[in-house]
Amino acid sequence: MKLAISCSGTTLDSPFDARFGRAAAFCVVDTDTGAWTAHANPALSATGGAGVQAAQLVAKLGAQSVVSGAYGPKAFDTLSAAGIAMLLAAGNEARSAADILALFQAGDLIQAGAPSHTGHHGG
Amino acid sequence: MRIVVASGKGGTGKTTVATSLALVAAEQDAVCFRDCDVEAPNAALFLHPVLDSHREVGILVPQVDAQTCTYCGTCAEVCQFHAIAVIGGKTLVFPDLCHGCGSCTLVCPEQAISERLAVLGVIDSGSTPEGIAFAQGVMNVGQPMAVPILRELKQWSPAIPPAACGEGARDIEIRDAPPGASCPVVETLRGADFVLLVTEPTPFGLHDLKQVAAIARDLGLPAGVVVNRDGIGDDAVGAWCAANDLPILLRIPMQRRIAEAIARGTSLVAAAPEYRSGFRDLLEDIISRVPA
Ligand code: SF4
Ligand code: SF4
Repeated sequence: MKLAISCSGTTLDSPFDARFGRAAAFCVVDTDTGAWTAHANPALSATGGAGVQAAQLVAKLGAQSVVSGAYGPKAFDTLSAAGIAMLLAAGNEARSAADILALFQAGDLIQAGAPSHTGHHGG
Repeated sequence: MRIVVASGKGGTGKTTVATSLALVAAEQDAVCFRDCDVEAPNAALFLHPVLDSHREVGILVPQVDAQTCTYCGTCAEVCQFHAIAVIGGKTLVFPDLCHGCGSCTLVCPEQAISERLAVLGVIDSGSTPEGIAFAQGVMNVGQPMAVPILRELKQWSPAIPPAACGEGARDIEIRDAPPGASCPVVETLRGADFVLLVTEPTPFGLHDLKQVAAIARDLGLPAGVVVNRDGIGDDAVGAWCAANDLPILLRIPMQRRIAEAIARGTSLVAAAPEYRSGFRDLLEDIISRVPA
């Protein structure tokens, strides 16, 4: 199963980034083999629609689940349409993407049932 | 002749100047007034138009026919605003991200996209007792896009042409610009002949004046300044204008009596008729500064 984790760098040791649309990168881990790849988030510089763009990237990377701190309504709709499970982890602790992976494997992450906030207007 | 009355911030008396200029001009010319302050239009409070026409305006956003769509993803690729996502056998449209550019409709190989109007606001129009043709744009609360409303407002043409009383009446259009120095102000200034910058003699007034003056300069528009509440601060505004070849065309002193009348919705020239001649000179001065 492929799991995407929003993070602020391009390795599994880089810190977890709780913002979905504005995360610097996504680490995609194969939870069966432990193999991973990292992908810069093109939505980082978007003036609007960052959540939609990031969700499209995560879907394109073939992830079936994603971990982030919060999902706006448009990211939520897009990820839902793609059938990707959204998991939540708090962003107020210093944790790496690898720590998040460990939490996932221990079954300690809860699923987001609804958008976390009302989104941002980009003008 | 299209004159925009602008100021960097709200509360400088921009609308007071715009409405008084319109009233004085209407004594002999055919005047059309457009209140472009779409977040908080208030020129109607001073001009008392009868607004008998209301038209919803907005942008054309795509709607996808699920029967025809093949989920090829071309529309999502072309959209710079990420307002469409093609994902998991669905085409999702996010109307509040859409700018109505029409690209997706154009590129769809299956003609699966049709367009519908997403209402962003309304244009109210009518005329004032003096025969000024009047229109205002009003943005819907909570939606962030002013520019499409401004485009429609600029294109609006009055059902009843403005009354022209005098011999050799000219067509004068006055636009009351939104405050600030961002896209809506630029859109209001575009296509104008002259920019009248209203400021007050304070450091804040000068700061905001500089910003709007810079936009006018970038657009290559002739400009002049009205100093409102003259006497309340220093004359740094005067010095800066002199150094930048920006003429001060009118100074309106701070007077409690005027401020109170304006607070009651009386126009400046109605509350203080002694300003009529000053505004008439201002109008002629502006017209003489616009290259024919
Ligand atoms: S371009 Fe047309 S056919 Fe292709 S996904 Fe978009 S709406 Fe469907
Ligand atoms: S009209 Fe333009 S902005 Fe709107 S969805 Fe289509 S391509 Fe995107």
